[in-house]
Amino acid sequence: MNVTYDIIIVGAGIVGAACADELSRRGMAVAIVDREWIGGGATAAGMGHIVVMDDSEAQFALMRYSQQLWHKLRLELPDDVEYEQTGTIWVAADEEEMAEVRRKRNYYGQRGVPVEELDAQGLKHLEPHLRDALAGGLRVPDDAVLYPPCGARFLMERAQQSGAKLHLGRSVTQIGDGCVRLTDGLEMQAQYIVNAAGTSAGDLTSGLEIRKRKGHLVITDRYARFLRHQLLELGYLKSAHSVTTDSVAFNVQPRRTGQILIGSSRQYGAEHKEVDHEILARMLRRAEEYMPGLRAMSAIRCWTGFRAATRDKLPLIGPWPDDPSLWLATGHEGLGITASLGTARILADQITGAAPEIPIEPYLPSRMMLSQTLKEPANA
Amino acid sequence: MASSTPDGFDVLVVGAGPAGMAAAVRAAECGICVGIVDDNAAVGGQIWRKSAEEDVTEDAKSWADCLKARQVTVLGGMHVFDQPEPGILLAESSDNRSVLHYEKLVLATGARERFLPFPGWTLPNVIGAGGLQAMVKCRLPIRGKRVVVAGTGPLLLAVAAYLKAHGAEILKICEQASWLTLLRFATSLLTQPAKIWQGIQLSQQLGGIPFLTSSWVAAAHGDKMLEAVTITSGSETETIDCDYLACGFHLVPNIELPILLGCEISDGFVQVNDLQETNVSGVFCAGEPTGIGGVELALVEGQIAGLAAASRIAEARHLFGKREGFRRFARSLQRAFRLRPELRMLAGPETIVCRCEDVMYAQLCPYTSWRSAKLQTRCGMGPCQGRVCGAATEFLFNWSLDSARPPVFPARVESLVAVRDIKQQDPQKIS
Ligand SMILES: Cc1cc2nc3c(=O)[nH]c(=O)nc-3n(C[C@H](O)[C@H](O)[C@H](O)COP(=O)(O)OP(=O)(O)OC[C@H]3O[C@@H](n4cnc5c(N)ncnc54)[C@H](O)[C@@H]3O)c2cc1C
Ligand SMILES: Cc1cc2nc3c(=O)[nH]c(=O)nc-3n(C[C@H](O)[C@H](O)[C@H](O)COP(=O)(O)OP(=O)(O)OC[C@H]3O[C@@H](n4cnc5c(N)ncnc54)[C@H](O)[C@@H]3O)c2cc1C
Repeated sequence: MNVTYDIIIVGAGIVGAACADELSRRGMAVAIVDREWIGGGATAAGMGHIVVMDDSEAQFALMRYSQQLWHKLRLELPDDVEYEQTGTIWVAADEEEMAEVRRKRNYYGQRGVPVEELDAQGLKHLEPHLRDALAGGLRVPDDAVLYPPCGARFLMERAQQSGAKLHLGRSVTQIGDGCVRLTDGLEMQAQYIVNAAGTSAGDLTSGLEIRKRKGHLVITDRYARFLRHQLLELGYLKSAHSVTTDSVAFNVQPRRTGQILIGSSRQYGAEHKEVDHEILARMLRRAEEYMPGLRAMSAIRCWTGFRAATRDKLPLIGPWPDDPSLWLATGHEGLGITASLGTARILADQITGAAPEIPIEPYLPSRMMLSQTLKEPANA
Repeated sequence: MASSTPDGFDVLVVGAGPAGMAAAVRAAECGICVGIVDDNAAVGGQIWRKSAEEDVTEDAKSWADCLKARQVTVLGGMHVFDQPEPGILLAESSDNRSVLHYEKLVLATGARERFLPFPGWTLPNVIGAGGLQAMVKCRLPIRGKRVVVAGTGPLLLAVAAYLKAHGAEILKICEQASWLTLLRFATSLLTQPAKIWQGIQLSQQLGGIPFLTSSWVAAAHGDKMLEAVTITSGSETETIDCDYLACGFHLVPNIELPILLGCEISDGFVQVNDLQETNVSGVFCAGEPTGIGGVELALVEGQIAGLAAASRIAEARHLFGKREGFRRFARSLQRAFRLRPELRMLAGPETIVCRCEDVMYAQLCPYTSWRSAKLQTRCGMGPCQGRVCGAATEFLFNWSLDSARPPVFPARVESLVAVRDIKQQDPQKIS
């Protein structure tokens, strides 16, 4: 049996789901294939922080665009997506980090993102369980949190309502030249194929380099009103972005249930799903340093997940130069929950020839070909 | 306060029920350093749990005395929640955490009751059969209370007898298994005089109480609390006013820790060789996790595991024959109390299946696996981590559970951090 679609998306994570939704709403005949269930990959492991970041101008543009798309969508999101506009507070431990607060304040402010600088007292007032003697922080009220697996399911259901066909429990072995081959021998044909297979994207497209960056998370029992904002240390900027070493950072999120999600860690070269006790302990110790009250809380589960990382820390959204039928939507590292909506828009714009609302050049996969001879960038 | 000896334990036993106590005693007989850890303050496990006013049975007392005589280190009130690396377990009590080093390990983690959802099962005073017995042991007043005992398994009779002896009025015992399967089961016991004797004793104690077979609870009723239960045989139903419903559907083994340690599981039970050793070298398993078989089997398996862990192989072999007899009993137990398919139909669309996260039966129906249902509905994501609803959905939907992750029991954040100190410290208490 050969079935023909306009587009076949490989991967029903939040990125694949968002693309399916966007493309089918634009009238295309879309099929999605996943070897598991919707949102069972990195999407099930992620923290669900909808956050604007500013490592680079290009990253900022996609994140802000996406954050606003989530904001617009919020009224349509069903209850179980648990969208909550908690805002983010970037926590500064010392004067050096306060300088970063001010830089960030100016950067965000100049680009129209509402921000509020907090001094030590203001920080303590908003989050009384942070330890004493912190310098202050930066509050970004537009940021939010959500529950990613249900977010992905919601987007997929909308796609299906627009006619998209979902094939779950089917593993893809090969893609290219307008053809998707499944393990059971079935072939599906389409004009375009979108590789949204997350950390496995590189297995399906040769020459595509995706690295797995492992992360750990811990969830606690319910402690209502202990925490109100998603909190991140500004040391995060220093540690999380070192490409070579393992790092941990204070990163805590209030869930609607009253639970607290504690992150985060970043490791390269760790291929196993098992909890790495050493890094888990480092991560929790870091969290305890910032919020001593976490110490006595009951942790009910730990898990790990893998982020799909590219060399220049920007996602891959657009055509794959080697094969005119092949498109990529992956490589979002630790930001794919947020960036899923923006990614879907600019991918659909490119495919349908519409004018994108943000410049797309920084995300084009062709840059990887150009930079293949270049060395890995130094730590920014 | 608990701490391990500076060099750790030659043999460490997790679980101080009959299996664990027997293992610890046998291992300690040859003078090696043995420890036993249990999340209850006192040893004895489920069956020998000490009650407030009465003395424990002779068997229980003699094993407990042996533990003392052999100088086994008893670490009570501590649950083992993680193994950061082979040879090291982490345990936590209400005010302490311990790093336990071991050469050989015996897992004797026992079993818990299986609950199945039916309308009203979450009402106050609907309690597990073993659970109600445990509460009475902890002084819950039961005299004069009207109790319906329902579900399946030999535990129902033991509990009914116990409650009756403590003054409860047992209105009915409803066993879902059919009369015919029970008869076959009873016949299979003919080779086991001890079991028959126990049976006769039980039936004398239970004399006069209606014992219904092919009968189960269809619903529990009540406004804020249990007021009545409806029982059914499929064709006929009857509603009975009562104060308590003691309801359990046999036992589910506690295999989370064995799974975390990498032990091979088949058909829901830990796989062991003749010497009760698992596929993980140096890790033994005894009692209910290897197959639900009752206290006698637990005791023999425990002894074999303890002897084998202490390298007393010849002595362990002497017990193989005895064990085989009890294993036959365990197998017929498993057959006799198999759950009937009608029980899958009890839950209504709005019946809660996961109590931690308030997930209803209808919410679970669209899913094809435990993992997808869990991710989408939060079923099994609460503090009990699927210990209750996991066993129910396994039966209701044929889902197999996912892998075990640390902590196997909820643990304080600070206890998880203790892992970090292991490499820097002596294997002693970290505080
Ligand atoms: C610990 C951690 C914390 C994070 N926190 C955040 C956060 O706070 N905010 C944020 O925005 N992002 C966060 N992220 C990142 C985010 O989770 C990911 O970027 C995002 O989930 C990626 O979605 P995806 O759809 O690309 O990939 P996935 O969700 O991995 O989806 C890929 C899908 O492809 C399927 N697939 C792969 N290969 C095949 C094949 N051969 N055949 C069929 N199907 C296949 C998989 O089964 C999978 O379902 C975090 C990530 C981690 C690991
Ligand atoms: C609620 C209940 C009531 C029962 N009542 C009866 C009865 O009245 N009559 C009867 O004949 N049989 C009864 N049984 C069956 C009886 O328990 C078994 O036949 C027998 O006790 C099995 O012995 P065991 O050593 O394998 O397990 P158990 O007696 O269950 O002992 C296991 C012990 O290990 C502990 N443990 C488990 N995991 C950990 C961990 N990670 N860390 C620390 N400690 C841990 C448990 O708390 C428990 O104390 C009952 C079972 C249950 C579940």
